[in-house]
Amino acid sequence: MTEQLTPVEIGRDRARFDGALKAEGAAPYAYDYPVEDPLYLWTVDSTIAKGRVAAIDASAAEATDGVVLVLTHDNAVRVSGDDLEYAVLQDPAVRFRGQVVAAVVATTPEVARAAAESVVVRYDQEPHSVTVRAEDLYRPEKVNAGFPTDTDTGDLDAAMASAAVTVDEGYVTARTHASPVEPHTTVATWTDADGFLVFESSQSAHGFRRVFSDVFEVPAERVRVIAPFVGGGFGSKGMPHAGAVVAMMAARALPGRPVKYAHTRRQMFRLVGYRPRAEQRVRLAADADGTLLGVGVDVVQESSVVKEYAEQSAMPARTMYAAPHRRTSHRLAALDVPVPSWMRAPGEAPGMFALESAMDELAHECGIDPIELRVLNEPAVDPDTGLPHSSRYLVRCLRAGADLFGWYHRDPRVRSRRQGPWLVGHGVAASTYPAYRQPNNTALVRFADGRYQVEIAAADIGTGAWTALNQIAADALGVPVDEVDLAIGDSALPVASVAGGSSGTASWGTAIVTAARQFREKFGSHPAEDDEVRADVPAPTVAEEFATHAHGAQFAEVHVHEDTGEIRVPRLYGVFDAGQVINPRTARSQLVGGMVMGMSMALHEDSVMDPALGHTANPDLADYHIPVNADVCDLRAEWLGIPDHRLNPMGSKGIGEIGITGTAAAIANAAFHATGVRVRELPITLDKFLG
Amino acid sequence: MEADITLRVDGEERVVTVDTRTTLLDALRDRLGVTAPKKGCDHGQCGSCTVLVDGRREVSCLSLAVAKDGAEVVTAAGLVDADGPHPVQRAFVDNDALQCGFCTPGQVCSAVGVLAEAEAGWPSAVTAPGATPELTDAEIKERMSGNLCRCGAYPGIVAAVREVAG
Amino acid sequence: MRPFAYQRAADAPSAVAAVAADPRAVFLAGGTNLVDHLKLGVAAPSLVVDVSGLAVDEVEELPDGGLRIGAGTRNSDLAAHPLVRERYPLLSEALLSGASGQLRNVATTGGNLLQRTRCGYFRDTTVPCNKREPGSGCPALTGHNRYHAILGASRECVATHPSDMATALVALDATAVVLGVDGSRRVPVGELHRLPGDDPTRDTVLAHGDLITAVELPAPFGGRSRYRKVRDRASFAFALVSLAAAVRVRDGVIDDLRLVLGGVAHTPWRARHAEDALRGAAPTEGALRAAADAELLDAKALTGNAFKVPLARNALLSVLRDLTDIAPELEEDA
Repeated sequence: MTEQLTPVEIGRDRARFDGALKAEGAAPYAYDYPVEDPLYLWTVDSTIAKGRVAAIDASAAEATDGVVLVLTHDNAVRVSGDDLEYAVLQDPAVRFRGQVVAAVVATTPEVARAAAESVVVRYDQEPHSVTVRAEDLYRPEKVNAGFPTDTDTGDLDAAMASAAVTVDEGYVTARTHASPVEPHTTVATWTDADGFLVFESSQSAHGFRRVFSDVFEVPAERVRVIAPFVGGGFGSKGMPHAGAVVAMMAARALPGRPVKYAHTRRQMFRLVGYRPRAEQRVRLAADADGTLLGVGVDVVQESSVVKEYAEQSAMPARTMYAAPHRRTSHRLAALDVPVPSWMRAPGEAPGMFALESAMDELAHECGIDPIELRVLNEPAVDPDTGLPHSSRYLVRCLRAGADLFGWYHRDPRVRSRRQGPWLVGHGVAASTYPAYRQPNNTALVRFADGRYQVEIAAADIGTGAWTALNQIAADALGVPVDEVDLAIGDSALPVASVAGGSSGTASWGTAIVTAARQFREKFGSHPAEDDEVRADVPAPTVAEEFATHAHGAQFAEVHVHEDTGEIRVPRLYGVFDAGQVINPRTARSQLVGGMVMGMSMALHEDSVMDPALGHTANPDLADYHIPVNADVCDLRAEWLGIPDHRLNPMGSKGIGEIGITGTAAAIANAAFHATGVRVRELPITLDKFLG
Repeated sequence: MEADITLRVDGEERVVTVDTRTTLLDALRDRLGVTAPKKGCDHGQCGSCTVLVDGRREVSCLSLAVAKDGAEVVTAAGLVDADGPHPVQRAFVDNDALQCGFCTPGQVCSAVGVLAEAEAGWPSAVTAPGATPELTDAEIKERMSGNLCRCGAYPGIVAAVREVAG
Repeated sequence: MRPFAYQRAADAPSAVAAVAADPRAVFLAGGTNLVDHLKLGVAAPSLVVDVSGLAVDEVEELPDGGLRIGAGTRNSDLAAHPLVRERYPLLSEALLSGASGQLRNVATTGGNLLQRTRCGYFRDTTVPCNKREPGSGCPALTGHNRYHAILGASRECVATHPSDMATALVALDATAVVLGVDGSRRVPVGELHRLPGDDPTRDTVLAHGDLITAVELPAPFGGRSRYRKVRDRASFAFALVSLAAAVRVRDGVIDDLRLVLGGVAHTPWRARHAEDALRGAAPTEGALRAAADAELLDAKALTGNAFKVPLARNALLSVLRDLTDIAPELEEDA
């Protein structure tokens, strides 16, 4: 049990403190910082997926007025480390289409671009492999976040053979891109202190500093990463990618000159990671009444030759429902494709589409309500570890959501309701995401000018950290929020973990509370000017005793046009157990935002690989669709509001990612209810209902 | 090839030398240091560069600056006046119609344009043929659909515009 | 983006002369398509002649009851124009279903007619495309072709024309007024765009230097009309299939009708087979189905767009039912 804060500010509905700055266009994002005498970088990207650069003719670029540097693998600074994603411009090898093979730096963006376009690259092309083949599959040593690759308990095959009811189906999730509206941007300067100053789109100032320090072999204290405002990240800005390294290479070669580089929208589809396409075979074995005997998920996923990335897509099946026989596996194929990476709820998002679709299929087979099926299979302890739950309120979320949505009026028969030409269906699915807290966080509290300065290199990528951390600090110090000055988003501030894994508020907030308490212990309630405390937080131990997860339930109403197959989601409601909510207004936006992205995953997002050319054939926002305003109708997020005292002093669980989990299944399940057509391959586009 | 043009930006007359290839957006951001409008896609597909040009909302990434010589440009920064933020900006903050904030200056300019367009009686794709449009939620959603928000703040955006529309 | 010279046109004839004199010159109007293409490298002109200041943005009534629309008229102004809303609601609906508010505020009538295909391979200069580089090949034949043509395509090119407005203008029997070096001429909008055949580089019948100065609409067709656009998002997306339909029923028979499909061909696709089948016929469910089937008899699907055949058929059916007040038959018969 963690000593809890007394909520005064925590839980209070407040407008976000940085809202006015953003609405007035005054919040500086990485590219917006005024810098002296900047240079502009434009890259040359490979037009083959595999082979070697045979020759680069940059003579036209070099002869262009205003061009100050052409970087190629011949002259780029050597970098260190074994992460091939950062080993850009190190050798002539081409490992995916769109890889940076040269870069031009010039005094204006127009000149840099034209000069880069004038560079002629000749390749020795080799046949590429960009689609998963069974013979290429291998077993990774572990999957993302360090989870085991496979698990096997009991005898799933026997359970499947003997069960009264079984589901054995394949589910496909599309390749999707985080697509923050701010493209990844780096403004880098090699300073006269022999170090880097970097304005960056980053979810982790310290994490980026660590990588840059290692890659360029520059002591970390001579690298400063500044990122107080970040235009969305969704995982893609959780670690640096190759483009930042290229910009810093240019800056290293041009001391004293800031080099500005923003990815083009096209490059956002190949240089900053993406959620890889996955196929999941789900097996469920149950008694006639729906009691689960076995759960199995086998994941097959694309990965890259540059760097292995395995989403932990089978993880939800390990923890969601009780069953004696369980087996999960993850297999990969290393392809000549761009490097996949984190995108919001890696593992849980695709995993919960498959598992929760399959649960709906089982409910249909058994002829029972899908909510009751889940209630029936609610585990007493975590099925994966055998540990008790720190708290688990899935059933309450299901019941509360059912009431909010009006679920119990639903006629369970498919194609049973219509409005004019629209077939109407209702669907439900569960949501889940682990409740993490990261080690390695330090906060500083200082008293100056009658105010409390609170410093930690946290990141606000739209999450509301600027507001929530201020509220936490106020309660931890026992003062009003307007006596707290918060500083975040700068690696010059005390170390903080990544804004990822929905762990930010818990991790940074715990550090702030720890520092504030130590400050009060040391200096009492009447501190002197410049009294300060810097506190490190010990690594959390709760996970040794408890399984820690957030849960939720999502309910979708789906309309499918009988003639055209057009699909709309007029209602999408979610009820979540997220522990103590720090700020209801910003929390609601986080949960709603996750649900919108889940709806987007369900209906829109599909990065189409052209196998012949070896690249994404729809790399822009006109062809790779994310929802527009008109796609989002009555969308509500509510929460139970029960603090989990075991997790952290706030009693909070992360809310950044749970909203995207289960959404696609709720929508697919509703579409099945509307039409009788079970769509097992995302996205659920109108063609799936035609012919 | 370069040209000198004059733009009136957020109430201030600015003379700037541009390349003929420079877009209005890049003229504002790279040449004039006016960074309220953002570059999200540079191809007219996201709306984050939306500004008001001679009173109408436009994406600034698909205009050549040289073709806008003499234009009056208002960005989100220019919507703030002596009385403080524009009512739309206040409503965006109150309704939490933003998260990361990157698309927000464009959303705000677009919303100001939407209010004027509706006031002028302009129909949208969801207006019944011949009808006088009123800014219902459906109308707001349709009219604001040129501004993508990846954070998914759409419900707040609709609430903010609805609040100002009255 | 290569350097180019920029010139503001003083009047239409001098603009035409300037562009006609330089094979690498282009007109700039709203710029929403051209500037996009400049960035993509799809267009690489030496000279840009800006016609956006020519003040050809009047919408005037013609003596025959028709309308003359200046080519510089912005899409949003045209869609909101009282005469257009009152007499040509089909055009207003089509315009408003296209692009976004910000783009419609800039895009012009002339430019909209001439916007080029959204085919992703055409828009990517790192891959082959017969429309950009004759003879280089067509990756869309086997690649990402969800948005591509099912009618009138060739082995050379399967791209579709993207304009909603043009689809409606064809249904309205509009005429483009074109100024060339040899003077002004009139081109029916229905004959403006061409099928790809063996020369997909040419989208239209216009010659280099031809400038659309106006679009004229004949007197209203009467009857009932509808622009129906089916797309992947609820707004701000190109059509998978669209339909501009106008139907006039008199004494229980279809006196006349116009059916034009969008999103299915290299041009707005005048559904003449369906029109012919229904002209003079009583609007029955059977007649409508036969007409829709007749139109799609020659449809050829690619690897990823077979759904467009039933989609176009069903769009025709459902709109025609609405416009002729036919109730759909029970789904068991569908």
